[in-house]
Amino acid sequence: MIRSEILKEIAPILRDELVVCNIGIPSQELHAIDDQPTNFYMLGTMGLASSIGLGLALAQPKPVVVIDGDGSVLTNLGTLPTIANNVADNYILLIIDNGSYGSTGDQPTYAGRKTSLAKVAEACGCERVIECQAEDTGRVLQEALDARKMTVIVCKCESGNAKMPVITMDPVVIRDRFMKAVQA
Amino acid sequence: MSIDTRITDDLVASKIEFVTTVPCKQLAGVIDEIDRRPEIAHVPSNKEDEGMGLCAGAWMGGKRPAIIMQNTALGVTLNTLATLTQFYRMPLPMLISYRGELGEPVACQVEMAVHTKALLAQMHIPTYHFHHQADVAELPKILEFTFMCNKPVAILTDASFWGGY
Repeated sequence: MIRSEILKEIAPILRDELVVCNIGIPSQELHAIDDQPTNFYMLGTMGLASSIGLGLALAQPKPVVVIDGDGSVLTNLGTLPTIANNVADNYILLIIDNGSYGSTGDQPTYAGRKTSLAKVAEACGCERVIECQAEDTGRVLQEALDARKMTVIVCKCESGNAKMPVITMDPVVIRDRFMKAVQA
Repeated sequence: MSIDTRITDDLVASKIEFVTTVPCKQLAGVIDEIDRRPEIAHVPSNKEDEGMGLCAGAWMGGKRPAIIMQNTALGVTLNTLATLTQFYRMPLPMLISYRGELGEPVACQVEMAVHTKALLAQMHIPTYHFHHQADVAELPKILEFTFMCNKPVAILTDASFWGGY
C-alpha cells in the first residue's frame, strides 16, 4: 500500500477530527480524497506539522490527528522530545513512513534504512508508540482515538505517490475555515 | 518591580496564554517568571522554528502565543516566518534577546547581530528595539498591534536594556 491508499482508507475516520496535514503531496492527496474544513493543509514549512498539531492540541480539547511523514519528522526531530514532555491526550501523531521523500522524487530517507522512528519516539519519552503495517492503519488510528491517550503511530508502507492537483486554495482561507471548525 | 515581572505582567494583561522559549542568559529571568504564572502555558522548544509551529497551532486553537528567543537563531526561522506565520497571516510576538550589541563579551555573537535588523527588514517584520529600560513602556501597545495586524512582530532587547550581562 502507498500513502494515498492509506489516506483513502482512513478518510472516514479523519472526517470528523481536526487534521493537520504535512506539506506537499500528502496534503494534495488528502485534499483530493476528502477535503474538509477540519483539515489544515500545510503549503510550506517542511517538518512543522507535528509542532502545529501539538500547539493546537495543547490549546483546546478536541482530538487532533497529525498526518506526518518520515522525512518531515527527520527534518524536525526535536519535535519528539517536546511531544513526549508535554503530554496532550487529544494528540495523535500518525507518521506515514514510506522510507522516502515522496514530494521530491522518492529519494530514500534514513528511516527507510537503519533508523527506527518508533524507537526514536520511545527513547524521547513518548509513552504510547505503535508501529504498524499499512493495512492496519485504520484500526490502530481508531483505537488511538478511542483510547484518548497521546499516541505516536508509525505506519510502515511502500513508497509512491498518487497524481493529484496542487492545492490552489488561499492559505488564509484554509486557516480561517479551519479556525471556524476548531471553534464549532 | 523587576523588568522580568513587568514584561510578564504585560504578557498576561495582553491575554497571552501560550509561550514557547529557547533560552538565552539575558532572558533567564523572564522565563523563570513565566514559569511562575498559572495564566501562561510554557512549552519550551528545542529549536525556534519548531517553537513557531507550536505557536501557530496554539493560535488556531484559540490561545494567543508568543515566542522568546535569541537573535542568533533568526536565520533558522526565516522559512517558517515566510511560509507559515506570514503566508497564513498569523500573529506572533517575538521577544528577542539582541546579543552582539554594546557590552557584548563574546565576539561571535556580533556576527549575527550585524545581520539581525537587515534580516528583519528584508522579511518586512515590524521591529522595535528596547535599549533603555523605559522602552518597555511600549510593550503593551506592541502586543496589541501584533494581534491587530496578524503579523510576526520583533522586539529586540539588547544588553543595555537588560542592564548588562
